[in-house]
Amino acid sequence: MKPVNFAYERPRHLDEAIGLLGDESAQTKILAGGQSLGPMLNLRLVQPDLVIDITALEHLKRAEKMQDSLVLGACVTHADIEDGRVPDVTNGAMRAVAAGIAYRAVRNRGTLGGSLTNADPSADWVSALAALGAEAVVRGPGGTRNVAVDNFVTGALENALGFDELLEAVRVPAHSSSAQWGYYKVSRKTGEYAHAIGAVLFDRPRGVFRAVIGAVERKPLVLADARVLFGGSTNFAQFDSRAADAMLQSIGMRDALDRQIHTVALARAVRQASGA
Amino acid sequence: MAEQGVGARHLRKEDDRLMRGRGEFVADIRLAGLQDVAFVRSPLAHAWIRGISIPPQYKDSVFTAADLDGVKPIRAVSGLPGFKISEQLVLATGKVRQVGELVAMCVARTRAQAEDIAASVELHLEELPAIHDMLQAREKKSALVHEHWGDNVFLETFVDVNIEKAFDAPIKVTREIRTARQSMAPLEGRGVVASWSSRLEQLTVYTSAQMPHINRTGLSECLGLDHGNIRVISPDVGGGFGYKGILLPEEVCLSWLTMRRGHPVRWIEDRRENLSAGANCREHHYLITGYADRDGRLRGVDCEATVDSGAYSSYPFSACLEAAQVASILPGPYDFEAYRCKTWSVATNKCPILPYRGVARTGVCFAIELVLDAIAREAGLEPHVVRFKNLVRPEQMPFDNITRKHFDSGDYPEALRRALAHFDLPALRARQARGERDGRLLGFGLSIYCEQAAHGTSVYAAWGIPMVPGHEQATARVTPDGGLELRVGVHSHGQSLETTLAQVAFEILGIDTAKIKVILGDTAVTPYSTGTWGSRCMVMAGGAVASACREIETRARQIGASLLQVKAEDVTFSDGKIMSATSEVSMQDIARAWYLRPQDLPVNVHRGGLEATIGYKPERDSGTFSYAAHAVTVAVDPELGHVEILD
Repeated sequence: MKPVNFAYERPRHLDEAIGLLGDESAQTKILAGGQSLGPMLNLRLVQPDLVIDITALEHLKRAEKMQDSLVLGACVTHADIEDGRVPDVTNGAMRAVAAGIAYRAVRNRGTLGGSLTNADPSADWVSALAALGAEAVVRGPGGTRNVAVDNFVTGALENALGFDELLEAVRVPAHSSSAQWGYYKVSRKTGEYAHAIGAVLFDRPRGVFRAVIGAVERKPLVLADARVLFGGSTNFAQFDSRAADAMLQSIGMRDALDRQIHTVALARAVRQASGA
Repeated sequence: MAEQGVGARHLRKEDDRLMRGRGEFVADIRLAGLQDVAFVRSPLAHAWIRGISIPPQYKDSVFTAADLDGVKPIRAVSGLPGFKISEQLVLATGKVRQVGELVAMCVARTRAQAEDIAASVELHLEELPAIHDMLQAREKKSALVHEHWGDNVFLETFVDVNIEKAFDAPIKVTREIRTARQSMAPLEGRGVVASWSSRLEQLTVYTSAQMPHINRTGLSECLGLDHGNIRVISPDVGGGFGYKGILLPEEVCLSWLTMRRGHPVRWIEDRRENLSAGANCREHHYLITGYADRDGRLRGVDCEATVDSGAYSSYPFSACLEAAQVASILPGPYDFEAYRCKTWSVATNKCPILPYRGVARTGVCFAIELVLDAIAREAGLEPHVVRFKNLVRPEQMPFDNITRKHFDSGDYPEALRRALAHFDLPALRARQARGERDGRLLGFGLSIYCEQAAHGTSVYAAWGIPMVPGHEQATARVTPDGGLELRVGVHSHGQSLETTLAQVAFEILGIDTAKIKVILGDTAVTPYSTGTWGSRCMVMAGGAVASACREIETRARQIGASLLQVKAEDVTFSDGKIMSATSEVSMQDIARAWYLRPQDLPVNVHRGGLEATIGYKPERDSGTFSYAAHAVTVAVDPELGHVEILD
């Protein structure tokens, strides 16, 4: 379990990092917290020519609260969110998600941006940020572009970044004070990746009715309008697990037990959101 | 001197180095010219090897089976009738039979470079059907792990004690039970450093092992070297669990390699190798029937048990120990009169098994306890009532059970009573009847077992495997300054033996434990031993240390009496001093006389001096039996199947 021989750079400026990405012929990997990349390097699942360590880029550690949203730099750690070292616009939703990720040792180093770009379908932020309606702020040689998280994650371990781009930040829309949020993760052991994730955000004043079923071996199932799960209503009591089950079947989840675990996760997220 | 003897609360002597990070494990060993090894391992469970391509620039750094001239395969034979022998080549040729099987050995200045070379070696494998299910493997139409066997069964055993006497029982319950395969993951994995000394004509193998003397015997057989040319050293070992009670193909390979290349070589198992290629255990299948009377009395147990032994028979415990254990310990702590058990040790394309803590016990206990629960349900009785009805009672001790296990002592019902005392069972039953608000289901479980340890000669001679424990020896040696060295062939990998054996010696000789050095894990300086396994160290090595210390005491009395100018029978010995009515000499005085002032010794002094190697074996060597009762309340989430332990 030793990585292949690779070059290592730790740029001081964002433009320098973007410049290093520019050589398309070289296999390049970005290192932030290293909680997934480290083992993947050692297992030789990735065999890069160059590793660019972005932890010296102060710009990527910023946390900026705007009127209607929060921008968190890609290198903000799970622990930064868990401990409240960065502002919050989600009535504590992100803090609770962060606190449930893996183990504290992982949360100390693991980053929001690293988790999202790694795009492991079972990772918390992949589902949670999609449910929150967050956007990825993508930086390339020509400047930045914003991509909705549900489009940023394109598949299992696949994202929408071009070879010369990196994830600069995540923009999370602010919840209204009456927003209803539920997040339920099925893990048999503390700290392991999820077997199933259910997430629900009903923010009625903003007209937001989102739901996500995650940890599904592909990009999460995101319902931008989740009312279809509630018989067309916005009444939590109308939750129809058969509708969720049918959707899981439609994305090819054949195993009935697997579907049950996922629909139960969603049902429990709904129950949480409803405050019951 | 504060109380330091057996049972005293004593800080662990070894912790001074271990807790300060000053332990020395195999991976800490640095030898001049050391090079690292990485192995090319089979990515397939079952395949013909059609070719191995080695890039020309690496041809001097890569070794395959074709290079290993004169190296014999690992063979762990059992003397039980019908046992089929597997030959585990240390580097595979012809066929690979498990994922992770060694195919080629790559050596370089660093492990990373060795892995680069390993990645460049190409295996041409022709995939065969993987034999992954032990029950299917038993069927006639199954593919074969070892072609020449004709089937996949290492060994079948059969025992029948009057099973027909149970057939008229009013209650008959049958259960099919499976346990999942487990793999051991000690904090420190395996690791080997091998070097050759031309001065000593000796191979030194540092290895993270529980049984260094047994590894040496195995290496001698595979390499064709005399024992005298091999020294095995197990330094600090970070957890054993049976995982380190095995002769590794890697040990044989590195031994050969250092002799071939002339420089030391090292292989440190990484976690991926540990999890994918290391030993496994405890995958059982039971088809088990319990017979009982309406009052819960167990009349008989009839069982067919299958154990997935993996691809090869590991040295020295063999592929059949686990299944053979199943047949002999399935009756547990219960007294009943009819028993039949058939077992199969089945070869599959998985990692070989080896005995992991309480060999087979967990599976067996799970099976028999579920049968007792089923009987309780059928009889309409509480599970503990059925158990009380059938446990061996204290007044029956010592008790020979239906498989002739000799339960030496114990009060099994009392253990169960104490476990039950922690619960309010009627309240729990009422709560179960009411149901939980969150929809979870409550359950109450009981499990009782007794466990044989320190198995002796007669037990192991019956298995007929390469290793049979005899007299366990210890050397006690008083040093010239009045301290004590204890040399034992067992090894410590977390069991505190450096402390507890010193406490045994203190108990007899009264020498401060700070001045007692316990030396373990080196075949050059310790007596031969089968090593550490089967919860045997305190019984066997403890007994040996006590015996050796008693001999030292006798000899010290003789010298001490002479120094005091009285007869040996006129002195007493306590607190490390020999005393006459009027005077005393210390162990230091006695040691000084023997080593430095022999002119002071009596003419007839014992020529063995202050060093004694004595063997120990209990009068009855059928083992000790400890026992315990467990009780638990759990909540089961019926939607997700999750279980939470409540109490």
